[in-house]
Amino acid sequence: MDKFTTHTGIGVPLRRSNVDTDQIIPAVYLKRVTRTGFEDGLFAAWRQDPGFVLNQAPYDRGSILVAGPDFGTGSSREHAVWALQDYGFRVVIAPRFGDIFRGNSGKAGLLVATVPETVVEALWAGLEAEPGRELTVDLTARTITAGEQTYPFAIDDYTRYRLLNGLDDISLTLQHADAIAAYEATRPVYKPTTLPARTAD
Amino acid sequence: MARTLSQKVWDDHVVRAGADGEPDLLYIDLHLCHEVTSPQAFDGLRAAGRRVRRPDLTLATEDHNTPTLDILAPIADPVSRLQVDTLRQNAQEFGIRLHSLGDKDQGVVHIIGPQLGVTQPGMTIVCGDSHTSTHGAFGALAFGIGTSEVEHVLATQTLPQAPPKTMAVTVTGALPEGVTAKDLILTHIARVGTGGGQGYVAEYRGDTIAALTMEGRMTICNMSIEWGARAGLVAPDQTTFDYLAGRPHAPAGAAWDAAVAYWSTLASDPDARFDAEVVIDATQLTPFVTWGTNPGQGVGLGERVPSPGDFADPAEQAAAARALDYMGLAAGTAMRDIAVDTVFLGSCTNGRIEDLRLAATVLKGHRVADGVRMLVVPGSARVREQAMAEGLDRVFTEAGAEWRYAGCSMCLGMNPDTLGPGERSASTSNRNFEGRQGKGGRTHLVSPAVAAATAVRGRLSAPADL
Repeated sequence: MDKFTTHTGIGVPLRRSNVDTDQIIPAVYLKRVTRTGFEDGLFAAWRQDPGFVLNQAPYDRGSILVAGPDFGTGSSREHAVWALQDYGFRVVIAPRFGDIFRGNSGKAGLLVATVPETVVEALWAGLEAEPGRELTVDLTARTITAGEQTYPFAIDDYTRYRLLNGLDDISLTLQHADAIAAYEATRPVYKPTTLPARTAD
Repeated sequence: MARTLSQKVWDDHVVRAGADGEPDLLYIDLHLCHEVTSPQAFDGLRAAGRRVRRPDLTLATEDHNTPTLDILAPIADPVSRLQVDTLRQNAQEFGIRLHSLGDKDQGVVHIIGPQLGVTQPGMTIVCGDSHTSTHGAFGALAFGIGTSEVEHVLATQTLPQAPPKTMAVTVTGALPEGVTAKDLILTHIARVGTGGGQGYVAEYRGDTIAALTMEGRMTICNMSIEWGARAGLVAPDQTTFDYLAGRPHAPAGAAWDAAVAYWSTLASDPDARFDAEVVIDATQLTPFVTWGTNPGQGVGLGERVPSPGDFADPAEQAAAARALDYMGLAAGTAMRDIAVDTVFLGSCTNGRIEDLRLAATVLKGHRVADGVRMLVVPGSARVREQAMAEGLDRVFTEAGAEWRYAGCSMCLGMNPDTLGPGERSASTSNRNFEGRQGKGGRTHLVSPAVAAATAVRGRLSAPADL
């Protein structure tokens, strides 16, 4: 995972709440077995509307999405994070996020910044008054800067630490392989295994 | 210190406690896989030269992409076919048990775990699917994960996790006649909203929950994620033990006794404190259906489509206006006047044998209304076999419904079972998001009883309307 420290880019106002992961990328785009190339699925249904924000220049070159509450609810599909990244987004700002989406973002290197609804309203107003305005998101300072205004955002300490250092979770965990093996040695015998397979007949 | 059920399960799986804001490292007892969210994880293993640490704690099935007709013919859509073939190759390469199309134990991943008896109380269970919360009905800590985490579990059989907050959802009183577990959970979601449970693990408790069958408890836990709770649990009891006894992977003999002794400790201590509590009076519930485009936008079947002005919050007002437009509904319309062209009975929410029995009881002696297509998709090949042994398939087909093979089917429309633009369904599934069942499709979430009655009348209905 690439390190994330600070990012400056065009802010995109997405004036919608409850943007579920089926809207971020519909299921029909999940059939691929690759890890890249999901940008065409991003907001696929909404992008058919010429008035949709990502069909307007300069928002179509945006890299910081500013959305309403409960962004990324629903399905666990990490493809939603990949689609946002493949399109060019580095940051999503919203008042509330679905738990699984937030977790997936942290693993894949997309920064999700939680701010109060009033901040989202202020960012929306600024981005609509001045399309193409750039925002700066500073993960070290946990701040979003829009022109003269600077707003703090929330992110849990551990996710921030991992993003700042670009750490790979699996490598970190495998440092504790001995602890895993020790735990396994204590598991009760009645816990089920899937192998050898048993069936009802 | 007094602990809740989920805290007990958590504590029993800590491989390494996190310090200084680090998450705990949790051991995972069971990892369920399917074709959609696993291919990139296996690729990651290959790229790093890693193996699957515990193939014997891993189980895979084909469900999301699979057809429900002609299941032994090659899958028509080449992209779906490649994804299913990829799972088959990965399962073979990494030594993972896979129940493929045509296998007697194939089915929706959250139906087959309990059915095989690999879902047991006190376990940690994960799957790259948000409805993994279903398994919480057994007193397991079960939650959905993304593909990066799938790879992590494959490689290490653990997950770094920060402890969640806990919420008690206490339900008391008898469910009125005709009101099901589905109506209960849909009502709860409408009250707390899709974000009401974010950051929490829920425990469903109270005499109403204790009186539910395992199928009913699974329906409720299944939809935990629809109100934002990543997991939802029910304390195991005699109902749980009776369900598990004799299943293929349930313990036997002395191991059974040891397991039951442990499972019996898995209840929240009387003085355990939850971070939040919600109380529901079951006696006041009615059949409940959704009108909008998220599972929180629902009302009683006897009520009317709300107006955006009914909501105080500006974001909810805007969401309601958008939803009415997408759904093609006018505020003030009686829910019972809404005509559907499709009825879907199935999914990990309501595709179990009890759901099929309930719908068949309602449908028996009636006909599906002209112009309505009803799909009955059993949750697993075993459910299908059981239903046929009981003659339920004949009830459905004689009423004019289509009797299909097992899979996720129209719940998310990754296979050919989809709604067309503007088509409207009454669906026993879990999500009414825009386009969920097919581009432009309109979904009303309902119970199996309401689904069957709706099929007969062609409009949203309860069995009492027949």
